[in-house]
Amino acid sequence: MSGIFAAIAGAVSAGLGIIDPLCGPVGIFTLFAGNTLLACGDAGWGDEIAFGFLVTGSLAVATLPIGLLMGFFIALAKQSEERSLRLSANIYTTLFRGLPELLTLFIVYYGLQILVQNLATTLGYPGAVEINAFFAGMIALGVVFSAYCSEVLLSAFKAIPRGQYEAGYALGLHRGRTMRLIILPQLIRVALPGLGNLWMALLKDTALVSVIGLPDILRQTGVAARVTKQAFEFYTVACLLFLVLAFLSSLVFSAIEGWAKRSEVAR
Amino acid sequence: MSHVTTLIPPQDPPPAPPRSFTAGRFFGNVFLGVWLALTVGIFLMIVGGWDPEKFTRYGPSYLSGLGVTLLLVVCSVTLGGLLSLPIAFARMSKNRLFSWLAYGYVYFFRGTPLLTQLFLVYYGLGSFSAELKAWGLWWFFRDAWNCALLTFTLNTAAYQAEILRGAIESVPRGQHEGAAALGLPKRIAFFKVILPQALIVALRPYGNEIILMIKGSAIVAIVTVFDLMGETRRAFSRTFDYQAYLWAALLYLLVVELLRNLWAWLELRLTRHLKR
Repeated sequence: MSGIFAAIAGAVSAGLGIIDPLCGPVGIFTLFAGNTLLACGDAGWGDEIAFGFLVTGSLAVATLPIGLLMGFFIALAKQSEERSLRLSANIYTTLFRGLPELLTLFIVYYGLQILVQNLATTLGYPGAVEINAFFAGMIALGVVFSAYCSEVLLSAFKAIPRGQYEAGYALGLHRGRTMRLIILPQLIRVALPGLGNLWMALLKDTALVSVIGLPDILRQTGVAARVTKQAFEFYTVACLLFLVLAFLSSLVFSAIEGWAKRSEVAR
Repeated sequence: MSHVTTLIPPQDPPPAPPRSFTAGRFFGNVFLGVWLALTVGIFLMIVGGWDPEKFTRYGPSYLSGLGVTLLLVVCSVTLGGLLSLPIAFARMSKNRLFSWLAYGYVYFFRGTPLLTQLFLVYYGLGSFSAELKAWGLWWFFRDAWNCALLTFTLNTAAYQAEILRGAIESVPRGQHEGAAALGLPKRIAFFKVILPQALIVALRPYGNEIILMIKGSAIVAIVTVFDLMGETRRAFSRTFDYQAYLWAALLYLLVVELLRNLWAWLELRLTRHLKR
């Protein structure tokens, strides 16, 4: 049984290897940097940096749904009629928009470590506990993202007139269905530009996670820079890779924006 | 004939209907409870781990770190503001070359993480030490503080140029035409008519940019500048006391909140003529 899974995993990774944009058979590093320090394989740092590219991208992509979901519920809490709910949501945003992202990251990383360690000790687990840097980064970036996201969504909620809710209730829709069928589609349209900016900020904040040892673009290029003593070249490559990510996401965002506004195009 | 001889005495209003215990109320209480528990926990942690020796030893260094952070932010925002003027005008100019150069500059500095830019300047330019020595610039790039200042200035100049451009372009066309109709020369029209209106639009984004710089400046700790974050990391690495980070968080929150409120007041004050 495990043989089949291994075969499937191997086939998938081979399939991904072919379309690998950096180190695949038609990858940028393979085509243009074959004999330089950026070559793939043992000769150069291409494959390490490509792995870092993958880690950065997947960290941002993994953080996005957490941040969006949390941000959505915090935005709902902020416009709730319940005072205690509004107050606690406002404390949350004030806190995480006021702290530097790096400090949030350290607090989450070391704080989680201490917390889990104490928990494990009380439960009778003797060994040392180590928090995964990817996980800690995901939590910290997700928390910061959700704090900003709730503000964007809150202002988007305010742009939707009351009558839209009332129309939903008049049609006999339940609150959840009104939200899902009537409010959310309009909300996405209003909030998209703001969310696009937040996504860019998130992409750039992922570079901070290299400080707690996650092998992302910046860490991998930094290691390469230290070993080869060609810091300028490798950090330029890091900058270019981040620019590529920014460019790709701006393409994706304009596509999503076109999709969200498809009802308005015909006019 | 009968008539009313006594008035009905005033009655109490009917009792308010009991507040229903909704899900929102439940969650609100739970989350408030969580915040309260966290506050109490942190308070107990600080009281329990209170060590006057540590406080006298690291307290002053926290304050000096805060000074370094603020100095860095003030210098870079001011210098960046100066640098942003030519960039914003190049971006708006009709000359293709200038506008594309400015666009490239802004795209680079807004599209890459500040940390990467800092590494590029500090480690990247540092690897050209022989050339820099030959040009007599090595004294500047040798110091991490100077590198941080240079990076932050270049970075914030890109953001401020975009803020300025957006604000100037947000002034309606009629204002330009009105100034031209009054016979004002272009330059005077710009300084007396366009810029004051643009700066009011730009006020809030400028405030956000300063707050972003204060928060972003924490990363200079990674290149061995002892700002607030750097002092915190040093204190943590010597004591392994988690409180080190909590004190830094408190100081950062204090600065950011003070600035935010100051900016809100400033905006209220400067836009009072626009109130209806």
